Amino acid sequence: MADGAVAFRDELFSAGLLIETGVDGLYGRSQIFESVVEAIDRLATLAGAHHRATVVRFPPIMPRAVFEQTDYLRSFPDLTGSIHTFRGDDREHARLLARLDRGEDWTASLTPAAAVLCSAACHPLYPTITGRLPAGGRVFDVYGYCFRHEPATDPTRMIAFRMREFVHVGDPDDAEEHRDQWITRATDLMAGLGLAVEAVVANDPFFGRLGTMLANNQRDEALKYEIVTPIAGERPTAIVSCNLHRDHFGGPFEIETADGAVAHSACVGFGVERIALALLRTHGLDPDHWPAAVTGRLWP
Amino acid sequence: MDDQIRHVLAEHARLAVDVGDVGDDADLYQAGMTSHASVNVMLALEDAFDIEFPEHMLRKRTFESVANIRTALQELRNGSG
Repeated sequence: MADGAVAFRDELFSAGLLIETGVDGLYGRSQIFESVVEAIDRLATLAGAHHRATVVRFPPIMPRAVFEQTDYLRSFPDLTGSIHTFRGDDREHARLLARLDRGEDWTASLTPAAAVLCSAACHPLYPTITGRLPAGGRVFDVYGYCFRHEPATDPTRMIAFRMREFVHVGDPDDAEEHRDQWITRATDLMAGLGLAVEAVVANDPFFGRLGTMLANNQRDEALKYEIVTPIAGERPTAIVSCNLHRDHFGGPFEIETADGAVAHSACVGFGVERIALALLRTHGLDPDHWPAAVTGRLWP
Repeated sequence: MDDQIRHVLAEHARLAVDVGDVGDDADLYQAGMTSHASVNVMLALEDAFDIEFPEHMLRKRTFESVANIRTALQELRNGSG
């Protein structure tokens, strides 16, 4: 029932929780919506406090060269966001404006900038940790806006959304343990907010026929788990993902374990807007009327 | 057929060892082929043999060894894929 998702989005607009922009997947957020997001962020901070993670924050754009190294273009060309800008002279500027006035495609006057939009909050991290890791590896806490071009009327599928992550980089066994422990920890955390959650083996939406193979491989090896909950779509929506990257980032970004082997990485990623939407769907659009057990955890 | 398979592997599998040293049943992933490389192998096999792997064959297992690739290609040629 895709209509259920549209109806839910209309409710969110009417309540002023999300603010319409005219583009599917791109919304403003109200003060109440943001207060829920901030509470989820705090909850994630507490749940990951034992990591004593290194906190790093990057802007939602990253170097084009880094993006190319992540191999994202091979797997998800249809989700990418590349930044282009105007670098012409007065004449070319006049041509751009003429195209604009005629309702034509003015973007033909633009050329690629040195940056692209971040597809994942952790992508800008990897080139900053090239080299040898200490024994036991390291854990990083990253948070930021991501762009994925999959416009939809389902409000849980945004093209610009935030992802809060704890990324472990180190030995293969430690990376896997990080992923596995977060499957349990994050499931418990979400269940504690009164959400009906389940951890399931999942795959990323890889592109095309090649994507079918990558997705099958990812499932066969159970590299990705999603914590899903019914929100408004036909099927349950992923609100947290727990991913084992193996050497997908350690290899290209030349990150080494203390022993000099290629480092493996794993992450837990909280889709903070989706968790907020799951709470609003489950407990109602007014957080003041949510069960005390839920608000007690979000706003202790 | 085996020569052609091995030629494709030499070009696209990015093995850590010489493809001539890889046995028919040896695990190509263990020999250094990545998931992405296996996708390139798949595409090159489709070009070389003028076939198209159906969705259910787009799995790691299909491209795991020279023997598995041969079995898959034979199935497709016999129309049983």
